[in-house]
Amino acid sequence: MTVNNDLHAVLAQPAGLTDDDVRIIQQDFPALHQEIHGRRLVYLDSGATSQKPRWVLEAEREFYETCNAAVHRGAHELAVRATDAFEDARTTVAAFVRAAPEELVWTANATAGINLIAQALGNASIWAERGRGGQEIRQLALKPGDEIVVTELEHHANLIPWQELAFRTGAVLRFIPVDAAGSLRLEEAERLIGPQTKVVAFAHTSNVLGSVAPVHELVQLARRVGALVVLDACQSAPHMPLGLPSLDVDFAVFSGHKMLGPTGIGVLYGRRGLLDALPPVHTGGSMITTVTMERAEYLAAPQRFEAGTQPVGQAVGLAAAVQYLDGIGMDRIHASVTVLGQRLAEGITAIRGVKLLGPPAGEPRIGLAAFDVEGVHAHDVGQYLDSLGVAVRVGHHCAQPLHRRLGLSASTRASAYLYNTTDDIDEFLAALSGVRPYFGVGK
Amino acid sequence: MSLEALYQEIILDHSRARNGSGLPPQDTIDATGESHQLNPVCGDEITVRVTVQSKAVQSLRWQGSGCAISMASASMLHELATTLSARDLQARVDAFRQMLRSRGTTQGDPELLGDAASLEGVSRYPARVKCAMLAWVAAEGALEQITPAMDTGNGAAAPDAGGENEAMTRLIAPTKG
Repeated sequence: MTVNNDLHAVLAQPAGLTDDDVRIIQQDFPALHQEIHGRRLVYLDSGATSQKPRWVLEAEREFYETCNAAVHRGAHELAVRATDAFEDARTTVAAFVRAAPEELVWTANATAGINLIAQALGNASIWAERGRGGQEIRQLALKPGDEIVVTELEHHANLIPWQELAFRTGAVLRFIPVDAAGSLRLEEAERLIGPQTKVVAFAHTSNVLGSVAPVHELVQLARRVGALVVLDACQSAPHMPLGLPSLDVDFAVFSGHKMLGPTGIGVLYGRRGLLDALPPVHTGGSMITTVTMERAEYLAAPQRFEAGTQPVGQAVGLAAAVQYLDGIGMDRIHASVTVLGQRLAEGITAIRGVKLLGPPAGEPRIGLAAFDVEGVHAHDVGQYLDSLGVAVRVGHHCAQPLHRRLGLSASTRASAYLYNTTDDIDEFLAALSGVRPYFGVGK
Repeated sequence: MSLEALYQEIILDHSRARNGSGLPPQDTIDATGESHQLNPVCGDEITVRVTVQSKAVQSLRWQGSGCAISMASASMLHELATTLSARDLQARVDAFRQMLRSRGTTQGDPELLGDAASLEGVSRYPARVKCAMLAWVAAEGALEQITPAMDTGNGAAAPDAGGENEAMTRLIAPTKG
């Protein structure tokens, strides 16, 4: 395999992580120190979920051992500690994306975050129809003829909630197409986003292609017509420094488990003021001011969207995760996974009969690469790699329309993170080059 | 468990040969059932068409795309089915399902399952059981259309397709008389 080291040197600005650095980081991740089928585990499925450092596991454990109590209620000492830990976690994670704590709502994951926005907008439409709420609600409401714009490369989580919102409100769902290489066709976006557009929702980075969306251009198009912008930052938040307010999006979501945090915790970011204007979705305890038998008054965000007992231990775990990431430095992590992404793209391209999806090697991509092995189904590719200790993702990666557009029903994806060395990538590539010979194709 | 136990040579051979693949235009007046099955996890899909005459399976053909396991399994099913009565085919489907769900505790019986007995290794890979079952669930769906009240001989009239795949079945030609 040939590797363009000069390109890597350039892409690695500012200083990324050396393999020696990474081997030090790996020591913090117990799950990586396992043999799988008698081989060293090479974990390249972080795009699906990341492994967790001891720092995170211990933070969650310590919370349960010393602070555990219901938050925002109760006057006892543990309740105070738990509430502090919960709200400190919010402050920590908000600072990680340069947001204010009250702009950050805890959700179960990114999927839950997008569903929350879509359902809140659906509720706004019903409120407006029934004369509840004022001018703000009428502005948020969707009505027949309004349009929601997504892209053809979305994860199902940033597609289906909008299909359902369109169904509920009579709005029309439109999509920005991709070209044969999977790049968004911006000229189509310009044509599609018009006065009738109420929402523009798109992925910051594609979970299949690894490409980075032209956020600035899309936000400009949306701003021009007064549409809300929803950013799916699920794959970008773990990989790059993220300043959500400076991206000028209205809403953004990401999942804790993809960025070293526990499962069951995610984030919905909403621009200040906007969250307070939205109707709630889940109603019940802890999100109200005054309740009578007839009706209720709701708290401002974020509590407005946090009915019921919250995932407190998970929030504490996610805060520990972003502390860990910040400790290493998101700039360095970004540089490191970018190098790994390029190494993946170059190595995959060099294997006969294997087709890289998304941007060609040398063009911007995050630390993941999906590919099609000619003549071998992705499931079989994944099974073969697993037998050599290499963990990858197979299937449509929750992006059926994109795969259909690319003429595929499934693909295989290798996704790296801060705990992967270049050796991991090379081991994967060596294993991948054995797939077609093993299945007897391309002889 | 080695990879070779999963991908035995006979399985790879079948996955390439794809015996019984291709659905020609239909002009038969015999009882024919057809069922389309999709594995939503990976997008594998298959359509199986079964034709029965005088209670015997006259032909089982299929068309689909998918992994080596699912394609080999369909090819093996085609070879097995054409020697059987409709009732026996259902019994073999049941036996095949039992083997695949056994987590490696049930050996495949070549007398009963033909080449498909070689898929016994799949039962140790729960993520791949659906792949192997795909064609067989489709065959079951097709049979059900032909003889809805067919006594499968084990008292369990309702085939448990839901465990593997959601059935999307379509009746082409109902049984006459």
